[in-house]
Amino acid sequence: MNGTSALEVHDLWKGYAGNKVLSGLDLEVPEGSLSAVLGLSGCGKTTLLRVIAGFESAQQGRVSLSGRVLDDERTHIAPERRDIGYVPQEGALFPHLDVQANVGFGLSRAQRRGSTVSELLEMVGLGPLAKRMPHELSGGEQQRAALARALARNPALLLLDEPFSSLDATLRGAVREEVSALVRRQGTTTVLVTHDQEEALSLADSVAVLRNGQIVQQGSPQDIYATPQDAGLANFLGDANLIEAALADGRAQTPLGILQLRGQTAQQQTPRQGIVVIRPEQLTVRATNENKEGVRGIVERCRYYGHDALLTIRQSDTTSPVAPLLARVGGEHALPVGTHVTVTAAGAVSAIEETST
Amino acid sequence: MDTLASPSPHLAGRWRRLWAGRASLPLATTLGAALVGALVLLPLVFLVVEAQQSGWNQIERLLFRHNTAVLLWNTLRLVLASATLCMLIGVAAAWCVERTTIPGRRLWAVLLVLPLGIPDFVVGFGWVSIDHSLHGYLPAVMIMTLSLYPLVFLPAMAGLAGVDPALEEVARSLGMGPWQVFFKVTMRQMLPAVLGGCLLVTLGLLAEYGAFEILQYQTFTVAIFTEFKLGFDTAAACALSLVLVALGIAALAGELILVGSGRLARIGSGARRKGAKVKLGRLTIPVLLGLFALAALALGVPLAALAYWSIRGSSTTLPSASIAGDALHTAELSAAAAALATVMAIPVTAAAMRHRNHLSTMIERLALLPQALPGLVVALGLVSFSVRYALPLYQSALELIVAYAILFLPLAVVGVRSALALAPTHLEEVARSLGRRPVSVWVSVTLPLIAPGLGVAFLLVFISSCTELTATLLLRPTGINTLATQFWVYTSDFAYGAAAPYAALIVAISAIPAYLLSRRVAKPSRTTQS
Repeated sequence: MNGTSALEVHDLWKGYAGNKVLSGLDLEVPEGSLSAVLGLSGCGKTTLLRVIAGFESAQQGRVSLSGRVLDDERTHIAPERRDIGYVPQEGALFPHLDVQANVGFGLSRAQRRGSTVSELLEMVGLGPLAKRMPHELSGGEQQRAALARALARNPALLLLDEPFSSLDATLRGAVREEVSALVRRQGTTTVLVTHDQEEALSLADSVAVLRNGQIVQQGSPQDIYATPQDAGLANFLGDANLIEAALADGRAQTPLGILQLRGQTAQQQTPRQGIVVIRPEQLTVRATNENKEGVRGIVERCRYYGHDALLTIRQSDTTSPVAPLLARVGGEHALPVGTHVTVTAAGAVSAIEETST
Repeated sequence: MDTLASPSPHLAGRWRRLWAGRASLPLATTLGAALVGALVLLPLVFLVVEAQQSGWNQIERLLFRHNTAVLLWNTLRLVLASATLCMLIGVAAAWCVERTTIPGRRLWAVLLVLPLGIPDFVVGFGWVSIDHSLHGYLPAVMIMTLSLYPLVFLPAMAGLAGVDPALEEVARSLGMGPWQVFFKVTMRQMLPAVLGGCLLVTLGLLAEYGAFEILQYQTFTVAIFTEFKLGFDTAAACALSLVLVALGIAALAGELILVGSGRLARIGSGARRKGAKVKLGRLTIPVLLGLFALAALALGVPLAALAYWSIRGSSTTLPSASIAGDALHTAELSAAAAALATVMAIPVTAAAMRHRNHLSTMIERLALLPQALPGLVVALGLVSFSVRYALPLYQSALELIVAYAILFLPLAVVGVRSALALAPTHLEEVARSLGRRPVSVWVSVTLPLIAPGLGVAFLLVFISSCTELTATLLLRPTGINTLATQFWVYTSDFAYGAAAPYAALIVAISAIPAYLLSRRVAKPSRTTQS
C-alpha cells in the first residue's frame, strides 16, 4: 500500500430493526487506488456503500474523506455535499433524459454548455450516442454512461456497486477492463463492491474481504490469495487444500513435501502443529505408482476447462478419512479417472488459524 | 427529528429507528399524509357522533327492528347471488377469450369489458324503460350481474395471461388432467385477482342506490337514502349507515383472509414462454353464441334503450337547453375534485413507499378505505359535520368536491402509486450524489417521471366524479345540477326522452376508461396457436 488514506471508515455500526448489518467495520482506502470490497451477497456491502455515499447515516462510528468528517455522532453531511460519485447496479440512468443530459446532470448550466460533456462522452466511447435515450443503449453502454456521469464532477471518491453483475458474461470482461482503465487514467480513488472474487483479484490494487459486517482481511490481491487468515477465507478466494503440517524454523513439513512458510507464522520460533493452505496450482501430479516422495492417490474426478483441468485425487496411503486433494494441471495433462498418481507440492504456503472453518 | 429535546444521541437514534423504517423521515410528507388520513376519517367520525346523538336506546330500537333484518337479508342475498354469478360468468368468459381458439379475440375482450362504462343506474334505467314490470329480487340480481361482471372478467383476463404456462405443463407432466390443472394450478394462481374482482362487485352492490331505486328493490343504501331525504331523520340514517360500513369492512377483511399472504408470484427468472391455446372445434359456435348473448344483454340492451329514448325524446320534447350548463358544472366540480384527490394521494403514497413505518402504512390503508364506503355514507358524514361545525360549508361546491376527493381517493392512490414506482429512490440518490439538493431532485427527476401517472390518477377521479349520483344528490349546491342529478330528476318523473341524452353523455364520458382498460387486456396476446 502506498500513499495516504483517502477514505477512512472507523468502527462503523449499522443495522435495521434489530438486525445488525455492519458491526464495527474498519476500512482504509489509499489515495488514488482502486480498492475492492469483496463479500457474499447479504454481508453488508451495499449498506457500507450507502453509508459512505450518505444515503443512510451511521448509527455509530466515523466516515471521513481526505481528513474531512462526513459522518459521525454529530455530523451527517448530505450526499450532494460529499463530493462522492456513485454508480449503482444497473447504472440507473435517468430514463427521461438522453445520454448527454444524463452525463451533464451534475454540472452547472455553464459547464454543460462547455465541452466537458462531449469530452467525457468521447472518453467513454459514447460520442456518437449523445442523443440516444437510455433504453436505446446496451447494458455495457448504459454502464459507461453512468460512469461518465459520476466522473463529470471529478469526485474525490468514486463508488461502484456491483457495476458488472447485470452484464452477461461475454460483455463483462471487456466492460471491466474499460472501466478500470478509465478510473486509473483519471486517478480517481475508487471503491468497487463485488461478490465475484475473480473480479476483485484481477481489477483491484487492494482487496478488503467483508464478512458478518466486518472487514476480516485487507491487502493486495496477491497477499490475500496467498495468506488467507482462516479456512473460510481460503476457500472463498479460490480452491484450497488444507493440509496438516509441522511448523518449525519458517518451514512447514507436510506429506507433500517441505514447504517455505510465509506471513507472520514464518517468524514464530516455537515448533508446533498447524494447518497450511496449499493452492491447487502448487501441486505437481505424476502418473506413476512407484514409491517416490509425495502422496500417492487415485484420480477420482477430472474437471476439464480447456486451458487447464482440476483433478480430484483420493489419497490411497491412509486408511483414515482425509479430504481428497485438488490439483490444477495444464489442459494437456488432464488424466483419466482411475489413474494412479503421486502428488508433491512446491512454493511457499501460509498457516491459518485452526479455530474457524 | 427530536433535536429540540436532544437526549443522548443513543436514545435519539433508537427512537428514530423505532419510528422510521429508514434513517431520515421527511416530516412534511408524513404530516401531509396524516392530514389526509384525518380527512378520510372525518365522515366516519361524524357518522358515529350523529348516530349517538339520538341516544343508544333509539339506535338499538332502530337496528333491531324487523325492517332492519329484512334490509339485511335483502342486501346479503343480493350480494351472494350476484357476486357468485359475476365470478362464474367473468371467469368462464375470460377463459374462453384468453385461452381458446375463439375467433375475434380482441373484439370480444373489448365488447365484454365495455359494460363497465355504463353506470349501474343507467343500466337499470335502460331495462326498466323497456319493461316496467322489472322489479324485485330476480331482476335486480340479473341486471346487477350484467352490469358488474366485467369487474371479475377484467382481472381474470389479466390473471390468465399472467399464469406461467410452464406451471400448467409441469402439472400435466405430473399426471393431472386438464380440468384438474385448471382448478389446482390455473385457478389457484389467478384466485387473488378473481377474489379482488368479487370484492369490487360486493362493494359496488353495497354502495349502489340509483339502480335499486329504479328497480324498487330495498337494500340498506336505498333505505338510508329514503330515511334521510324523505324522513329527515339524520340520526336514523347515520345509525343504519354504520351497519353498511360494517358490511363493507367485513367484505374487505373477508377478501384479505381468503387471499391470505401466500406467495403466488412466479419464482425464478428466465423469459416466459407462450402457452398453447385450447382448440374449440365443434364447440366454437355454441361458445360464440354464449359470448354474443352476454354482450347483447350487458351492452346491447342498455345502449339500445338509450338510443331509442334519445331519438324518441328529441322528437317529442324540445332539446334540453340546460344540458350544456349541467355538463359544464359537472366538469368544473369533477376537475377540482380530481386535482384535490391527486394532490392528497401524493404525500400518502410517498410516505408509504419511501418512509415505510407503522404510521405511513396505516395511513395508506386508511386512504384505501373509501373503497368500502358508499358515497351515501361519506355524504352523510360530511353533512352532519358541516351542519354542526361549519354551516357555510353545507351544500357548498367545496363540500361536494371534498366528498368526491375522499370517495375516489383510492383511485388516485393506486394511480400515484404506480407512478411513483417509476421513480425508484436510487435515481434520486444518484441525483443527490451528483450535487443536487432535495428540492431540485424532486423537480428535475421525480416530477418528470411521475407526471404521466399523475395524469392517469387525475383522469380516473375526474371520470368517476362526473358519473357519481348518490353523494351528489345529497350534497349538491342548491340550483346546481350535474349530468347525473338532472338525469335522475327526469327519470323520477318518467320523462325518459328528456333523461336519455344525459345518460348518453354520462356513458360517453365513462366509456373512456372502460375502453382503455379493455384495450390493455385485449392487446398483449401472450399465447399463440399450438
